[in-house]
Amino acid sequence: MKGRKWFSVIAAAIFSIFWAAQSMAAVEVQWWHAMRGSRGEVVDTIVKAFNDSQSDYKVNAVYKGEYDEVVNAGVAAVRAGKQPHILQSFEVGTQTMMLSGAVYPVYQLMKDKGYDIDWKAYLQPVLSYYMDKDGNLMSMPFNSSTPVMYYNVDLFKKAGIDAPLSKTDPVTWDQMGEMTKKLVDSGVPGGMVTAWQSWTQVENYCAMHDLPFASQANGYEGLDTELLINNPKQVNHIARLKSWMDDNRFFYGGQKYQGPKSEFIAQNAGIYIDSISGIAKLKDAVKDFKWDVAPLPVEAWMEKPQNSIIGGASLWVFKGHSDKEYEGVAAFMNHLAQPEMQILWHKETGYFPITIGAYEQLREEGYYKENPYQEVGIKQLTRREPTKNSRGLRLGYFVQIRNIINEELELVWNGSKPPKEALDAAVARSNKKLREFESIYK
Amino acid sequence: MLRKRSYFDSKRLPYLLILPQILVTVTFFYWPAVQGLAQSFMLSDPFGLHSRFVLFDNYVRLFKDPLYLRSIVITLTFSASTAALAITTGLLLATLANRVFQFKNIIRTFLIWPYAVAPAISGILWLFLLHPSFGVVAIAIKKYLGVDWNPVLRGSDAMVMVIMASSWKQISYNFVFFMAGMQAIPKSLIEAAAMDGAGPFRRFWTITLPLLSPTLFFVTVMNIIFSFFETFGIIHTVTQGGPGGATNILVYKVYQDGFIGLNLGSSSAQSILLMALIITITLLQFKYVEKKVQYTG
Repeated sequence: MKGRKWFSVIAAAIFSIFWAAQSMAAVEVQWWHAMRGSRGEVVDTIVKAFNDSQSDYKVNAVYKGEYDEVVNAGVAAVRAGKQPHILQSFEVGTQTMMLSGAVYPVYQLMKDKGYDIDWKAYLQPVLSYYMDKDGNLMSMPFNSSTPVMYYNVDLFKKAGIDAPLSKTDPVTWDQMGEMTKKLVDSGVPGGMVTAWQSWTQVENYCAMHDLPFASQANGYEGLDTELLINNPKQVNHIARLKSWMDDNRFFYGGQKYQGPKSEFIAQNAGIYIDSISGIAKLKDAVKDFKWDVAPLPVEAWMEKPQNSIIGGASLWVFKGHSDKEYEGVAAFMNHLAQPEMQILWHKETGYFPITIGAYEQLREEGYYKENPYQEVGIKQLTRREPTKNSRGLRLGYFVQIRNIINEELELVWNGSKPPKEALDAAVARSNKKLREFESIYK
Repeated sequence: MLRKRSYFDSKRLPYLLILPQILVTVTFFYWPAVQGLAQSFMLSDPFGLHSRFVLFDNYVRLFKDPLYLRSIVITLTFSASTAALAITTGLLLATLANRVFQFKNIIRTFLIWPYAVAPAISGILWLFLLHPSFGVVAIAIKKYLGVDWNPVLRGSDAMVMVIMASSWKQISYNFVFFMAGMQAIPKSLIEAAAMDGAGPFRRFWTITLPLLSPTLFFVTVMNIIFSFFETFGIIHTVTQGGPGGATNILVYKVYQDGFIGLNLGSSSAQSILLMALIITITLLQFKYVEKKVQYTG
């Protein structure tokens, strides 16, 4: 009896030593991210798949809060010399991260660690947002989405509008005017609402109509960039939306998505513009009417509309770690780009796959036949090769600039300022921020 | 001779005893304040790898920015309204509750409850009531009263909403202090006045209020400080400073520019100015208002 007890103690000791040695042998890679809830679970699945597939590296994914909280955690960590290997940062922080001097560019990392990656096999409009001016990828795109248009099929039919709309060819803004008019005439309280107005009605409007959002190729080619959103076409678009407010063809539901979304769900608006990642939310919330997805409207004069631009976040690698650890980081980045992982990510979260291979495979599987909503965004994003105006935006203090645009648009909506004056003010105020940002790096 | 008082010879002991307190104060108050002051003279990227000393540039830029000046006006309006509303309502409720004889304790407990609610939660609660798209009360007043209520679009409506949410929370706090203050007023004074023929209002104005003035002064100072700083959670959940910057109070602007916008120089300069402003206001209160306060005993 006593002998058996000793035996089990010794066995346990040996086992734990081996186990400890085992876990010490694996190089740890820290990844701080902002994905919680169901998205967080998918992140954990992807990480587990990586950790189980090999024993040399162990990725440790930690949820650090919302996007801004993750970035701030990263900032504090870099200042304290305790930075993680990988940090997820939102797209508007791209310029700040790029210029920080604290990051190890992803293209460089992959090259150094012997991964010969054909970047052409990736969805270009996604990559281009995170490339420097020479086309080198600075950070690995992770979760990317783009705005689309949701519409209430039942209300459309009641108003006598032909539905469903095409999933590839966008309607024109003139048609939008007619459709929203019919909706309002048929008794719907409002025509359209939009979430994230700066992103959907200014940034994407410029990109799709091949208009520069800012000089120096939207900031890609120099810090001495200036905003150009007070151009006549953009002003005309805002003025048109403002004029639609008079007869409720358009009404304002707030800067973010909650207000506009609830107006759409309550059937107070027949059309709702928001990110493609809203599909999951609408599927859960809408029970009493049929809805569908269409590409964002474009102007009648734009015969070949450009790609829309993305929103979301990418993964940045910080400097200051050992070679061995970077091998782990590179292996993990490579793992993320595998078709199985991309397909899992896309199916579970609705964010885009980043490789063409994954997209093709999904198509062959017939995924988009069953889920036609999902493809609208990808088609809109990939309908043209990105131009200098549609590959992305690269501005310092972009968060504050978006804030300025939001504020000035609100002043248009509540009648405090005419559209031209508001956009002029947005440009002037943003340019001050841009000059301030530029002077940091002189 | 019996000496009861014990004393210590050591000259170092007192310093040793207050050392922990000094350490805490220096680490958590002075050190960050000095860091903030230093940062406010610099222009730097968030990671601190590029920074330049720019002297007063950050401050000059703020004073040239019409929006910053507007934010000061918004803050003062917001604070004054919130404090005024919270104090008058708190005082009214305390006076009424003081006159109740039945269920006194239950009524008091219910009136104190909102203070236990965190500002952010209070904001969310009011948002659920007053948001034009999904607020129950908002939909009702739009439908039945015909009021075109829209805090998402109109700055004045948004201001009303955040003032209500902020003062609602603070009313309970004021209520507790006024209640305690009233308990300390000798009943005999009030009874004597009543016998001399003073009505309830007269008694309130000539006896209760003057004797309550120390409490009133304390509560005013605390309310102003509350509405300057702690209302952050309410603004953050209800309006995020919008629409069109109409509710962008100073403390929220500090957060927006610093934490979200990563413009640390400007944000630090704003913190320093905010600190200076609140110190000035509090000093003014002590200098001019406190003279009118009658301390007893």
